[in-house]
Parts: sequence; structure tokens; C-alpha cells
Amino acid sequence: MKNLILTLFTAVFISGSIFAGGLEVGDKAAKFNLKNVDGSVVSLSDYADKNGVVVVFTCNHCPYSIAYEDRIIDLHNKYNSQGYPVVAINPNDPAVQPGDSFEAMQQRSEEKNFPFPYLFDEGQKVYPKYGATRTPHVYLLQNTGKKFEVAYIGAIDDNYTDASDVEAFYLEDAIDALIDGKKPEPNFTKAIGCTIKVQK
Amino acid sequence: MAKIKISITCILLFFTFSFLKAQVPILDFEGLSPYLSKQNDSIYVVNFWATWCVPCVKELPAFEKLNEEYKEKKVKVLLVSLDFEKYYNSKLLPFIDEKNIQSDVILLNDPRSNSWIDKVSPEWSGAIPATIIYNKKKRTFYEQSFSYEKLEKELRKHLK
Repeated sequence: MKNLILTLFTAVFISGSIFAGGLEVGDKAAKFNLKNVDGSVVSLSDYADKNGVVVVFTCNHCPYSIAYEDRIIDLHNKYNSQGYPVVAINPNDPAVQPGDSFEAMQQRSEEKNFPFPYLFDEGQKVYPKYGATRTPHVYLLQNTGKKFEVAYIGAIDDNYTDASDVEAFYLEDAIDALIDGKKPEPNFTKAIGCTIKVQK
Repeated sequence: MAKIKISITCILLFFTFSFLKAQVPILDFEGLSPYLSKQNDSIYVVNFWATWCVPCVKELPAFEKLNEEYKEKKVKVLLVSLDFEKYYNSKLLPFIDEKNIQSDVILLNDPRSNSWIDKVSPEWSGAIPATIIYNKKKRTFYEQSFSYEKLEKELRKHLK
């Protein structure tokens, strides 16, 4: 009887983990070791001396990502010196979306002079751990000293079409809150975005 | 002669697009809301898509076919485009014209998506394509692509 209960419990626990669907606010951030457009490998652990990391799942082709490119650059320029650098990760499979190939990423990074790493999620193993469902999709991580914890998930702001008509600066407010020693509120928002391209 | 031909073409294009414009309203979410909560005998199949969204465009024929096959059975297909409003004339209308889209189309122009995504469905992450099938009794949300067979199968669940 005890064995049966233990087996059932384990089965439920494992299935829960498999179908977890990604990270929630408060969870420990998933590690990554991914290739950057400059050929180097960038890991989450490289940021151990920072206050946090702004992980943005984004890509070349998606009109929403394109609409946010300049804002993501501005965010890095504003918050990197305050200990919150941006790390961009392309979660798409180039076999499905050729516009998001590594070469295309290198080109875009050069064209726009990205001041942040633009990493390729080769094998598409990292984005499912985070639970990213669209591009762009932000996971703001806070360095607690012992680990990176998810502090905010969601949209950059409330107006993808017009940067000059933003009313809610969700991500900036979230980072500012962390800088002030507070918790982001809201800590979870949604936005329209492109699906992540996976082979079926 | 050439000038007359050009003028006639321009006039024809003008009328085509004027016709199309009248057929494709631009609404904010408040304007769209009533289409997501009709209380009558019909079944509504509402698809969220965009001209630049490859999987969305790929599945449009399935929705068009459903619209055609089930017209007489009180099934209404509504294609809600999330194209950027600035491309209404240059991309959306030409697309509808080129593909000869027969289903009703609305352009949802409301950038404050965090305020309405959950109103469409709390299950929705915001990625497109997404579809709702609903009637008075049943409402189901789908964050996935559809083949005609799958779409029809899901529709039939709401026909009961």
C-alpha cells in the first residue's frame, strides 16, 4: 500500500514537472549556455556579479519584435549600468523560419548595433524551460545572491505600435521596483506576439 | 489612350478598395466585444490572425471552407485581423482582395492588448493564430493551428 502511494505520488510529481509549462514568478531561472552572434558562448552564470538579467525571447522576423527592437536597445542602455543588462534569445527554428537563422541574427545585430548578446537557442531547449510562448516575451530575473529568481514575466509595455504613446511601462516599472528593493506590480502581463516556430 | 486606361484602372481600384473598406471595419476591443458574446442561435467561429503570420495565413482556407460549408447551418466565421493599422490599405485590403476572402473580417486596432487578451480567453498567451468557437451554451478557446478536418471536428462539438 505504501509503495503504491509512493509510486502514484512520484508519477504525479514527474508528470507535473513535464507538463509544468515553464517558469512562474518566484521560480529559479533556468540556466542557459548559448551561442552569441559574435561566436562566443554566453551563460546565465556569467551574470553572477549583476543585480539581475532582462531575458527577452525575440527574433528577426516577427513584426512585434521588430517594433520593439529600439526599445529593447534603449532598455539595455538605461539599465545595464544599474546592474540589469539585457540578454536577447532567439527561440525559433530556422528550418521553419529562415529569417531567424544564425546568420540573419548576426546581420541584424550588426545593422542595429545591438549592445546586448543575441543568443541562438540551438535545439530549442531553453525557451520551453522558461515557458516562452511568443516573441517578444520577457523574463526579468533578479540575482538574490544565491540564484536568479524570476521577478516579472510578460510584455515590455502596453503599445507595440507606437513607442510615443505608451501608458504602461510594464518592464521598466518592474526593473525600477527591483532597484528600489520592491516587488514588481504587476509581475505578469500579456501581449500579442508571434508564435515560437517549432518543427512539427 | 494610355491616360484613359490609367484613369479607369484608378477608378476601379478606388471603388474596389472603397467597397472593401466598408466591409472591413477597424475596431478597438470595446467595438469588437459584442462579436465575442452574441446570444442567439448561431455558432461563432472567431479566428485571430494577421497577414504577416505564416501559420495564420496557412490555415485561413480551412476557415473559408467552414464558412462556405456551414453557411446555411447558422455558423458564422469572423476573421479578426491583428495587422498593424498603418498597413490597412497597403497590406490587409490587398490581401483580402487577392485571396478573395469571403468570411467577415474585422481589424482589431487596440494596442493595449494586456487589457483584453484575458477577456478573449484567460487561457490565451497572446500568440496567434488563436480561435474561439462559441454559441449560447458552449465556448471553447484554441491556441493552435487548424486543418479543416480538425476545425470541423471542433465545430461539430458545438453543434450539439
